[in-house]
Amino acid sequence: MLDINKIREDFPILKREVNGKPLVYLDNAATSQTPQQVIDAIVDYYQNYNANIHRGVHTLSQEATDKYEQARLKIQKHFNAAQSYEIIYTSGTTHSINLVANGFSALLNKGDEILVSAMEHHSNIVPWQMLCERTGATLKVIPMNQEGELRMDVYEDLLCDKTKLVFCNHISNALGTINPIEEIINKAHKVGAAVLIDGAQAAPHLVADVQALDVDFYTCSAHKICGPTGVGMLYGKEEWLNKLPPYQGGGEMIAEVTFEKTTYADLPHKFEAGTPNICGGIAFGAALDYMNGIGFEEIAKYEHELLEYATQELLKIDGLKIYGTAKHKTSVISFNIEGIHPYDMGSILDKLGIAVRTGHHCAQPIMDFYKIPGTVRASFAFYNTIEEVDILIAGVLKAKSMLL
Amino acid sequence: MEIKEIQEEIIDEFSMFDDWMQRYEYMIELGKSLPLIKEEYKTEDNIIKGCQSKVWVHAELEDNKLVFTADSDAIITKGIIAILIRAFSNQKPQDILDADTQFIDEIGLKEHLSPTRANGLVSMIKQLKLYAVAYQTQIED
Repeated sequence: MLDINKIREDFPILKREVNGKPLVYLDNAATSQTPQQVIDAIVDYYQNYNANIHRGVHTLSQEATDKYEQARLKIQKHFNAAQSYEIIYTSGTTHSINLVANGFSALLNKGDEILVSAMEHHSNIVPWQMLCERTGATLKVIPMNQEGELRMDVYEDLLCDKTKLVFCNHISNALGTINPIEEIINKAHKVGAAVLIDGAQAAPHLVADVQALDVDFYTCSAHKICGPTGVGMLYGKEEWLNKLPPYQGGGEMIAEVTFEKTTYADLPHKFEAGTPNICGGIAFGAALDYMNGIGFEEIAKYEHELLEYATQELLKIDGLKIYGTAKHKTSVISFNIEGIHPYDMGSILDKLGIAVRTGHHCAQPIMDFYKIPGTVRASFAFYNTIEEVDILIAGVLKAKSMLL
Repeated sequence: MEIKEIQEEIIDEFSMFDDWMQRYEYMIELGKSLPLIKEEYKTEDNIIKGCQSKVWVHAELEDNKLVFTADSDAIITKGIIAILIRAFSNQKPQDILDADTQFIDEIGLKEHLSPTRANGLVSMIKQLKLYAVAYQTQIED
């Protein structure tokens, strides 16, 4: 059993008030809050060993390099990558996806096909559209059903020897659906396609074992797992990372430079041009330590309780509809009340101190699918409480009485 | 009534409210009473860019005065438009152009809006003024 009151003590922000009410933070799918342990790691870096890494011979540079590389090992261990150099630091999931998309522009030909799921975040659609424009490849969509589950039968039909890449999120940010990525990966491999899984929404809730999954690329952002913004990671199988050309040119990513020719550094530095987010990388490691200290199994179990309770209570409200009712889902609830625009609901909830997301959640195709302008999305983390669910319900009822 | 007087009247009304809840309730009421735009004018062309919810505005010249009708799919947004329309509709284009929008700050509307809504508000005012420019040119021609 998690001691939620004790856990909440770790998060200074949870003590603040918003509009004169205690903050009820239910926008965890957008970004998670930061525990003191991670804040301390950030402060420690700037107070004690801030220096540029991999270059200096001086002590501070050595210390910073050590901590930064230790954090990479923590990430490697967490995702069970075979090699530490298969973990590339990026600025986050969007950067990771662009890095892979850019790399594939050298590997794709006209007539090749890329498959993406119908429940993708914009960041997982636009880079592939751009890639298709550059290479003449075609983008095809794996559709979903009314419950917000991928149509695996159609997926199988879409796969063929032209398929070179499959992109899918592990968990949908707008609907909370946990996608059957093992099956997606296995089937893609049978036709020789590579698979990139966007783990941004999955990383806060479960641990992905990249070797067991046999996934080619996996990515996530630190800020959704109690880390800071502006840092994330891309896991890539060594053979794939060697095949892809570098994404950005700059310092750190070179072995030798003359005006005639540059040879690139080995992995992972080939993809890490310029001075990285050193503090961010170290804090990313601290965030994984924190989350693992609590335990992902316990987190998943508790969040599931919150999800079940919130779903049950929300459905008691007349006219309320939940979007995304997959059998396997995480603690994300997208909903609307008939006759109420999600922005109106969100505005009033904000006045009551309740932070939810409203709008299309950067997933307009999903909203088009359901023919709605957007939804109100409440997403729960392990530091949320049953009492906070009750406050949400009371808030929704209050807003409903004002708006209808 | 002149724009300035109407604005004073709106400021007076809003000064009676003690808290945001009453202001929101009032805006929602205003939204519900907004003179609706004719269905035929709810076109893509009449949608104001920069608003998170859909907002349509239509302008028509009657006796050299500009008459605005509008609608939105979000009720609080409708309330905001209702306030703007009350201040600017049925006025001469030149007067609309000359009018300042200080009253928005004075009724504390912006501070009660999310940044996206506040941006939407700016877009709405800009659009009303653009209509005024267009029709003023038409009158001068």
